[in-house]
Amino acid sequence: MKPVAGYLAGLLFGLGLALSGMTDPARVIGFLDVAGAWDPILIFVLGGAVVTTFIGYRLVWRRGTPLLAGRFQLPTRRDLDARLLGGAALFGIGWGLSGYCPGPAVASLAGLSWPLAAFLVALVLGWWLSRRLSPVH
Amino acid sequence: MDLSSAGFGLAGGVLIGLSATLLMGLLGRIAGISGILSSALFERGGDRGWRLAFLLGLVSGPALLLLLGLDWGNVAPRGGVAALGSAVIGAPLAGTPTMLLAGLLVGLGTGLGSGCTSGHGVCGLARLSPRSLAATLVFVLVAMLTVFVVRHLAGGGA
Repeated sequence: MKPVAGYLAGLLFGLGLALSGMTDPARVIGFLDVAGAWDPILIFVLGGAVVTTFIGYRLVWRRGTPLLAGRFQLPTRRDLDARLLGGAALFGIGWGLSGYCPGPAVASLAGLSWPLAAFLVALVLGWWLSRRLSPVH
Repeated sequence: MDLSSAGFGLAGGVLIGLSATLLMGLLGRIAGISGILSSALFERGGDRGWRLAFLLGLVSGPALLLLLGLDWGNVAPRGGVAALGSAVIGAPLAGTPTMLLAGLLVGLGTGLGSGCTSGHGVCGLARLSPRSLAATLVFVLVAMLTVFVVRHLAGGGA
């Protein structure tokens, strides 16, 4: 049952990204380009997603445990550190250069091109490097 | 941007929120794409199955729309403030060398920073996590600054 749950969640996520225009880097760059012809699209996407998740989480947390697993696994740290903020900054540079964050990049696989393939290979390499650099892994 | 574009954005956002809710309600997990995918690739164990299935679902969503012949670039009216329609799967704007660098930075950054737009931006904000709020502010502002430098100062790239 777990893979079925994973597949359905992934499918909804992919449909949501495509429906909202997030698998089109031109829309994402349009949002990030505040000094150009600014496109507010991401406010609607992120707003709709955060409000839905906020309400949804509180509804499912009422049960105490997830339906198919033993417990809810939530991050517990609340402190800010250089790894978090430095990582976010590196991610921001890459996002701004390409218009792709990980979700849309992977969800665009059916429209694979050489530049996207290069991005995906480098993305995996970056994840591997980050694990080499992280003492917790 | 016009009203229908905002509606599409909002509807897509709600689907993403439903996905995050489903994953939490059924498996008790955060729907963070960078975490799910990098763990599926680099960690062995019982969670690999649902993570790979999630990846398959993520890819099959937009692929399904293309198979059904739906392309928002044609369906959603173009025009409005930004004069941008959107395609179900848009072509990359940057060339291969820039995309290589960008992919490396996105992988390294989301790995070190423990999350991306979904894990921090959607799930983290919905959990009211101060770490996710700080990370989201940083990556959005740095991305905006990067686009400004590339497009308006250097005059090239994406």
